[in-house]
Amino acid sequence: MTTFLSELGGMLSTPLMQRSLIAAVIVGLAAPVMGTYLVQRRLSLLGDGIGHVALTGVALGWLVGSAMGLVDSEVLAVPGAVVAAVIGAVAIEMVRERGRTSGDVALALLFYGGIAGGVLLIGIAGGTNANLMAYLFGSISTVTTSDLYLTVGLGVVILGVGLGLRSALFAVSHDEEFARASGLPVRALNVAVAVVAALTVTVSMRVVGLLLVSALMIVPVAVAQLVTTSFRRTMGLAMTIGLTVCVTGLSITYWQAQSPGATIVVLAVGLYVAVALLRPLVRPQRATADPHPDMMDDVSITEGADRCSE
Amino acid sequence: MTTDTTRTAVPAVEARGLHVRIGASHILRGIDLTVDDGEVVALLGANGSGKSTLVRSLVGILPASQGTVSLFGASLGRQVPWSRIGYVPQRVSAGTGVPSTAAEVVASGLLHGRRLRLPRDARERTLAALEQVGLADRAQHGVSELSGGQQQRVLIARALVREPDLLVLDEPVAGVDHPSQTAFAETLAGLVRQGTTLLVVLHELGSLAPLVTRSVVLRHGRKVHDGPAPLPTAEHAGDSHVHVHPHEGDDEPTVSLIQDGGFGS
Repeated sequence: MTTFLSELGGMLSTPLMQRSLIAAVIVGLAAPVMGTYLVQRRLSLLGDGIGHVALTGVALGWLVGSAMGLVDSEVLAVPGAVVAAVIGAVAIEMVRERGRTSGDVALALLFYGGIAGGVLLIGIAGGTNANLMAYLFGSISTVTTSDLYLTVGLGVVILGVGLGLRSALFAVSHDEEFARASGLPVRALNVAVAVVAALTVTVSMRVVGLLLVSALMIVPVAVAQLVTTSFRRTMGLAMTIGLTVCVTGLSITYWQAQSPGATIVVLAVGLYVAVALLRPLVRPQRATADPHPDMMDDVSITEGADRCSE
Repeated sequence: MTTDTTRTAVPAVEARGLHVRIGASHILRGIDLTVDDGEVVALLGANGSGKSTLVRSLVGILPASQGTVSLFGASLGRQVPWSRIGYVPQRVSAGTGVPSTAAEVVASGLLHGRRLRLPRDARERTLAALEQVGLADRAQHGVSELSGGQQQRVLIARALVREPDLLVLDEPVAGVDHPSQTAFAETLAGLVRQGTTLLVVLHELGSLAPLVTRSVVLRHGRKVHDGPAPLPTAEHAGDSHVHVHPHEGDDEPTVSLIQDGGFGS
């Protein structure tokens, strides 16, 4: 026990681990908030689309950085990712608003265009695909203090919009037509969701990597909605799950040299499987309630079978 | 609920030369419609005649390709006093990807125009609206656990929660059994007594007939009747005619399909 506590103390006293843990806490809380809205609008894959576009942004930032002769050509990678992700997210939103059928194809185009563009641009910039790997699979161990400030700042924006405008974002995500018929600024709210989702992707990029970002947004929500009936509780529980798997996953990799992103996502998916399997045992489906709606019979039966007692 | 002191000569709804095109289809072809304060107007017509499209464009869901729409004297947009308008869509599933309770769905009706956050008394008003539709005991139930008819009542409560002066309902009783229709008609009668203006899309007047002050009939996207309730066609009249409406979907009974030769919706 004492060794465990001293090990824990050792972990918490490492500056690198402190920075990583703060980043993990912010991402663990913020990603499921936006994920809840995306799941509600049945846009679970939007985060993936944005993530792929952000890769092109990373390479573009790199290209601009090396063209400007910056000593560290990686400096502009994150700003590049932010800009590309926001543009990509707004573009998807515009396509979705115009015609519903092509939204699926638009996402597919973003997936392939984003990855291919990133790989091509990084080559032009004189880098290799290995430079992209840190972004694809996360590199929480390279989080610097200035990265941390950016993460905290964006985290505050995401949580501020996601929680502060919860009622309005719920209304527009739940029934867009009714929101329109209520005179709500539907387009502005939709763009807000898209932009903040893009920010979430870029913030989470460092922790879990672009390829796994969406998992952190969606899987905690998927777990939460197995056991809840209300939107508010789903979001709250998803945030708790996100926080728990991020901190736990990161801590595991302090002792076991593994990819933090992959560990976190495997934990989250494992939790989903466990909850899905255990749910019928813990919370049996209420079999007592008659599944038929309360309706008067259209026909009158004077004799024959008794009415169902349940 | 606005009292009589605020009543003005401004009509609740005013549409002038309204045309709506969706893609290549020319759905509405020049509709003029006025609904005055305190009226109860039934919008009738066969499937595909453009009833739903009309109310959807009146409340700003569908853009007009031509013509103008004003609500309470303000042309569609930010200036409209959205708090005075309640809209009940044709039955859709009230559930979505993420679970939500009946109370949460109803509370979303408290947001309108530039009000993006719930008022302080949201909880009481939400429960009162659910009480009005007889679902107060289901407030904390997930909407996807409710029956189709109950989900429809949740959507009605969502429109009532902001205590609108104008209620626009798109086939509120389609597929609802007769006793529920009667109960619903009583709820509406109470609102009408308090001065609420109603615009209701209906297949047949049914249990709402005593309330209706004027009927507007659409056919092929044009207004073909505006005045007292028209008599039902022979096949539809009388007690012997059994109205069977499917629980979901919008297929009409075969009789009226043949009759109207409708062009589909």
